[in-house]
Amino acid sequence: MKLHIKYFGLLTEITHCEEETIVFTGKTISDLLEQLFEKYPSLQGKDFQVAQNNQVTPRGETVSSNEIALLPPFSGG
Amino acid sequence: MERYSRHMVLDEVGPQGQQKLSLAKVLVVGAGGLGCPVLQYLAASGIGSLGIIDFDVVETSNLQRQVLFGTQSLGMNKALAAKERLLDLNPTITVVAYPEKLTSANILTIAKEYEIIVDGSDNFATRYLINDAAVLLGLPVVYGSIYKFEGQVSVFNYQNGPSYRCLFPTPPKQDSVPNCSEVGVLGVLTGIIGTLQANEVLKIVLDLGTSLSGKLLCYNSKTNVFTQLTIPRIPAEIEKVKSDTLQENEEAVFCSNNSLEISAKNALEMKEVVFLDVREPHERPKIQHPNAMHIPLRELEHHLQTIPSEKTIACFCQSGIRSITAVQLLQKNNISKCYSIQGGVFELTKVL
Repeated sequence: MKLHIKYFGLLTEITHCEEETIVFTGKTISDLLEQLFEKYPSLQGKDFQVAQNNQVTPRGETVSSNEIALLPPFSGG
Repeated sequence: MERYSRHMVLDEVGPQGQQKLSLAKVLVVGAGGLGCPVLQYLAASGIGSLGIIDFDVVETSNLQRQVLFGTQSLGMNKALAAKERLLDLNPTITVVAYPEKLTSANILTIAKEYEIIVDGSDNFATRYLINDAAVLLGLPVVYGSIYKFEGQVSVFNYQNGPSYRCLFPTPPKQDSVPNCSEVGVLGVLTGIIGTLQANEVLKIVLDLGTSLSGKLLCYNSKTNVFTQLTIPRIPAEIEKVKSDTLQENEEAVFCSNNSLEISAKNALEMKEVVFLDVREPHERPKIQHPNAMHIPLRELEHHLQTIPSEKTIACFCQSGIRSITAVQLLQKNNISKCYSIQGGVFELTKVL
């Protein structure tokens, strides 16, 4: 399936884009992350949450929406 | 009252709403990029009792975004300088300044005097500390944070909603998220995010509209896109905070790359650590440790060459304030592996 992925904060410095569409053949969010880690190895060391269909979702869940977001914590103030 | 006439004519506020605002007690943590706009609007709106906690002093590089301060405030403590400005803006309210660092030792005593906490801090250690204290006290947190051109806003621990730990259960790895002083921030972004936080505070006090409880609002100032993500409440994360002590959690959160501090326990576990006492010679208790040095803070600058910079330097003083200054001085002089021991000699003697 085709997934539309949005990246936030410092993750965009690794992906060099704020959003992109990829073809995903796996099942879970963890599978998706493995696929993204292959494309962007530095992503692996980063802390972030994953949202699908704008809902923060645990990594064991099945990918069931085309809309995915990777969201790191910000500390600045 | 003439001052609030534009509130009075709003059906949603009116005299009753204004009365609610005047009775509200709000604690703002950090009078920095986010804290300044938050405080400015809350004071102007007539929030009756405002607390401001910040240990830092106003520097020239702050003026690009910390709009409560002018050149006259340079060198002043931020909480005190902000109080002065806010009482000029609105002398009818009460402002309490806490010119100190927020720690597990003082947060509960300070925060229990208030009904809402605004998180305008600039490091993860403080953010987790605020979250945990708010969970323990049952107070809502109006959260805001920024990174370069992006910001996040939410309301945590409100009306049975999620807490910050439900979104990010554990603090990021040390050094994994750079801070403003390293990566920069467009000044106006803190104004936008801080103003959104002030809006959430007013909505909570006035019981107006829909708060951001359970939602994380993400804003990108370059694209003007607002994204709202739903955050689930994770009861286990909230229960865990209730079952641990704040101090245990604070130690676990020693993570922030811009934190200069370390717990005494963690310092002791470090390899090749030297304990540097920066107190005056007369101060007691002295510590007993084979790798202890003593250079009072006021002389430190002249004795930098005696510091074994290849080792980790754990500075301590009586309470953990002067030792932060010592660490800043060492870091300016390229002695980078150095920390300030939280809670000072009192905490250190407990673990030695």
